[in-house]
Amino acid sequence: MKSRSLVSINDLSREKILSLLETAAKFEENPNSKILDGKVVGSLFFEPSTRTRLSFETAANRLGARVIGFSDAATSSASKGETLKDTIMMVSSYADVIVMRHRLEGAARYASEVSPVPVINAGDGANQHPSQTMLDLYSIQKTQGTLEGLNIHLVGDLKYGRTVHSLLHAMRHFNPTFHFIAPEELHMPEEYRIFCRENNIPFTETTEFNEDVISSADIIYMTRVQRERFSDLMEYEKVKNCYRLTSSMLANTKENLRILHPLPRVNEIAHDVDENPKAYYFQQAQNGLYVREALICDVLDINI
Amino acid sequence: MNNENNHAMQVTALCNGTVIDHIPADKLFAVVNLLDIPSMTGNVTIGYNLDSKKLGKKGLIKIADRFFTDDEVSKISLVAPSVVMNTIRDYKVVDKREVKMPDELHNIIKCNNLNCITNNEPMPTHFNVTNRAEGILKCRYCEKEVNINDVELL
Repeated sequence: MKSRSLVSINDLSREKILSLLETAAKFEENPNSKILDGKVVGSLFFEPSTRTRLSFETAANRLGARVIGFSDAATSSASKGETLKDTIMMVSSYADVIVMRHRLEGAARYASEVSPVPVINAGDGANQHPSQTMLDLYSIQKTQGTLEGLNIHLVGDLKYGRTVHSLLHAMRHFNPTFHFIAPEELHMPEEYRIFCRENNIPFTETTEFNEDVISSADIIYMTRVQRERFSDLMEYEKVKNCYRLTSSMLANTKENLRILHPLPRVNEIAHDVDENPKAYYFQQAQNGLYVREALICDVLDINI
Repeated sequence: MNNENNHAMQVTALCNGTVIDHIPADKLFAVVNLLDIPSMTGNVTIGYNLDSKKLGKKGLIKIADRFFTDDEVSKISLVAPSVVMNTIRDYKVVDKREVKMPDELHNIIKCNNLNCITNNEPMPTHFNVTNRAEGILKCRYCEKEVNINDVELL
C-alpha cells in the first residue's frame, strides 16, 4: 500500500521541492518524450476542473502515456452511490497512477491510503492543490532566479484562498517576507499568522492596495475577491474594486516584479496589465504543464 | 464520612472490576454517559461531589466485572484528562494508571468539517494531537484543526 503519492504540499521537504523544480525545468527544455510509453494515467475528476484536467492530461500525453478517466462525477459510478474506495480500487487495477480531483477535503489522502498505485491530488475541496503550489513556486523561481529572501505580496481573498495558504506553507523553507493585502472580511486567518510567527516569517498586513504598498514587491500574487464570500453585500460592493490591479499602478515598482494569479481572473487584474512585461500569469499557467510532467514522473519513480 | 480515607466505607468493596477515580465533579456525568453506564447490567457505584484534596470535589465510578480497552480509555481522556483508572482483581489494585491523551486518536471522534471525506465515506477517522497543552487536534484527512472541547465522540 505504500506508494509515492503526492497529497499535500506540507508533506514535501525543501530538498524535495527543489528537486521537483529542477526536473520541471528539464521538461520545459524538452516537454515531449516517450518516457511514459506504455503507462496508463487514470484521470479522475469527481468535480469538473477543465484547466487542471487539461494540464495533467496534456502532461501525460506529451510524455507518451495514455489517459483514462472521467471529467465529472455525474458520468462516473460515484453517481450510483459507489464509495470512493471502490472507485479507486477499480481504477487502480487499470492505471499506473491516479490523478484525482474531488470536492471533499481529505479525499486524496484517503485514496492514497487505499490505492496500490500512487495518487496525485489535483485538488480536494478547500484543502490542498499541490500541483498549483508547485507551479507557483516554479514561476517564482524562474522569474526571480531564486526562491530565497523574496518580498511576496498576497492580494485579495486571503481568508478562503487555498492557493495563498499553500504557498505560504511551502515558502516557509525559503525565508520570505509576506505582505497580506485584503479587505477586513477576507483577511488572513489567525492560524496562518501563528504559522508565520512560529516559523519566523516576517509579515505585514493592510487593507490598502495602492502603489506605495506594492513598491517593495518581488512577487504580487493576486486572487479573486468572490461575491459569494461576503455575508454583507454592501461590504462587497465597497471593496470589490479596491483590490484591482491596473498597469498604471506598476510604474514605480521593482524591475524584477512579476504578477502571478492562479486564474481564472475576473476583474481583479485590469486587461491593460496583460501587455505589461511584469504580467506573468499566462506563462505561470503554462509552467503548470512542466511541473505536472515532473510530478507524474516522480510518483512513478522515473528519473529524468 | 467526608474523609477521602473513608471512600471504602461509602461504597461496596470491589472483587473484580475497575475504579475510575479523580474525575472532576463537573465531568462525572459526561464520563457516565460516555461509558454508557445506564445500559450496564452489572453492579455499578457512582460517587458524586466527594471531597478531594486534589480537585476539591470529585467523582468516582466503580464498575464490577468490567475492564476497559485502550480505545475506551482514550475516549475518557478527551472528556476528563488526568483521571485515574484502577484495575481490581480479587479485591486488590493490580494496575493503576493516569489516563493520558494519546498522540493519535483512531476512530474516536468525529470530524467537525462536513466536507471532510470521513463524514462522507464509510471509513475510520484519524486525528493527531498537535498541541497537547491547548488541546488542539488535527484531522489527518481534511487537515482542519479543532479544539478538544468542540469535538463530538463517535
